[in-house]
Amino acid sequence: MPELTLIEAIRETMRDEMRRDESIILIGEDVANRGGVFLATDGFVEEFGEDRVIDTPLAESLICGVALGAAVNGMRPIAEIQFADFVWPAINQLVGEASKVRYGTNGVKNAPLTIRIPYGGEVRGGLYHSQSIEVLFSHTPGLTVVAPSTPFDARGLLASAIRANDPVIVLEHKRTYRLVKGDVPTDDYTLPLGRAEIKRLGTDMTIVSYGLMLHYALQAAESAAAEGIDVEVLDLRTLRPIDTATIVESVSKTGKALIVQEDTPAVSISSEVAAIIAEHCFFDLDGPVMRLAPPEIPAMPFSPLQEAAFMPSPEKILSAIRKLAVL
Amino acid sequence: MCSSKQKSSGDSAHLSDERLVALYRTMVLSRCLDDRVWLLNRLGKAAIAASAQGHEAAQVGCVEATDPSKDHYLIYYRQLTAMIALGSTPEEMLRGFLAKEGEPMSGARQFPYHGAHPRVDMFNFSNVIATQMPQAAGVALSDKLRGWDAVTIVSFGDGAASQGDAHESMNFAGIHKLPLIFFCENNRYAISVPLDKQMAIDSVASRAAGYGFPGVSVDGTNLQEVYAATKVAVDRARNGDGPTLIEANVERLLPHTTDDDHTRYRSAEDIEHMSKRDPVKITSSLLLGKGLLTEAEDEAIHSEAKKQVNVATDAVESEPFAGVEKILENVTESTEPTR
Repeated sequence: MPELTLIEAIRETMRDEMRRDESIILIGEDVANRGGVFLATDGFVEEFGEDRVIDTPLAESLICGVALGAAVNGMRPIAEIQFADFVWPAINQLVGEASKVRYGTNGVKNAPLTIRIPYGGEVRGGLYHSQSIEVLFSHTPGLTVVAPSTPFDARGLLASAIRANDPVIVLEHKRTYRLVKGDVPTDDYTLPLGRAEIKRLGTDMTIVSYGLMLHYALQAAESAAAEGIDVEVLDLRTLRPIDTATIVESVSKTGKALIVQEDTPAVSISSEVAAIIAEHCFFDLDGPVMRLAPPEIPAMPFSPLQEAAFMPSPEKILSAIRKLAVL
Repeated sequence: MCSSKQKSSGDSAHLSDERLVALYRTMVLSRCLDDRVWLLNRLGKAAIAASAQGHEAAQVGCVEATDPSKDHYLIYYRQLTAMIALGSTPEEMLRGFLAKEGEPMSGARQFPYHGAHPRVDMFNFSNVIATQMPQAAGVALSDKLRGWDAVTIVSFGDGAASQGDAHESMNFAGIHKLPLIFFCENNRYAISVPLDKQMAIDSVASRAAGYGFPGVSVDGTNLQEVYAATKVAVDRARNGDGPTLIEANVERLLPHTTDDDHTRYRSAEDIEHMSKRDPVKITSSLLLGKGLLTEAEDEAIHSEAKKQVNVATDAVESEPFAGVEKILENVTESTEPTR
């Protein structure tokens, strides 16, 4: 079983899927000769040709609208948004349009569409190359949103996204692309959409997280173990639909919950998870539901000191664990 | 006349006498149904209607030049006539206007005749104008990639021509020489905003020059002219020569929708002028003048249309509203986990 980085897992999965299914096309900025700015499609135009690996003008609404039209007409496009920060011009085609195709035609049409969006910070990206944009998509019925944190999950979830018969947003944390390595089987496998996974078993509290923060949570949990605090770490993996059952099972067992996210907290994924816990785990809770998230400022600043102040870190998570443990 | 803005040539395709009369019947049926849904709105039975009155010749002329058995139509909200020309029945349309059970295009989730039709590849999805244009480019692109012999027709109003999606889709269609026809029904008003507040030029068709394909401006009240221009565009698309922008200059004879009052922003002279460009009257005069119809036959066409609409209205009015039991269906293929 080869060890791959997360970006390698993404690349190998797309390549295998495109070899398997000729209806899959790639569409985006710099995806052909450049191989994508993160090299997710490195070598693809050579293997699959310009008909299936399509460089577009710099126009995100076009990318997503064209992909949507091709999907409704029976293809399985994978659209790449170069940076999550650039997805806003395409929001109408995704949130306004793609999400409603099956519902708004009462099933006459559907849109088997995958949108890959590199997101997240701690890459010195400043306000416009660091954004976390998951909330708007996760709020939208008709869309499925996945945010894999490991190469194994990335392969399984991306394959499921491509094979799904409805639009799936695949959020790939840029910092994890080369930071995170893991074993990835070469055989064909998929992971179910809408299922969380316990990445570390524990008894004293549950950390709920996803993306880069999942790895920081795991680091913090190891540090906490040395202090006698046994932390369970839950990886949401899919942000819509959120896996209520796994959250409820874990938090009911541990009695305490800390939700860690890189996005600002107001009306966010952590708000939803906290609401789920409040509704379903009320009588099992031994302390208040706690959240660790950046301050409510518009986006991640460029200065390294300000960036570090914005980002949750293993150290900040450990502090939050210590605080929640004695509450 | 700028180089990219062509007029239809003298040796253009001609509609047969039989087809002219048949298309006129469709226009009259559309007009009759259009009048009826406006009335149903005023009676409190139809929540909303956007009238196609004034656009009928443009819409039947366009559809006539295409092949509904294989072509794709991404249309917009003012296309009742095109819907009928493509084979939708008055009963189906009225189920949309009255939000009845069994409405075929969206299960009455959407505004009238929005959604997708089960029999014809017609997608009339959004009320956010111009969103259908990049989608149409995607449909045409996927046909081209698979070598399918299909043309995509995307229609839109002059209002939509101001959207970024209009520019982005025309630019992309030009680059890839897509088998796509941009069909602009220019009625000179984006709700209340007149053309000179929408663009600094006199014609949407002129813009095609900037995208590297032909733009044609035609009299949208002239059935023959619209048909001939669309036929040229369809042939171009089928031959792999790329897109065409057709601007059909029409009149919006009624306000924007049943919720609008155009006397608030149209002058009496303007309303008088546009009422003289009623395509149903113009086509009627043409057929009478050519001796293809007698006055009596024309009256019969109108009374038959009215009868057909009466029968459909009586049948559909007694049907139940689309019920709540299906409200949760068709969100995604798999049911979301319940909370």
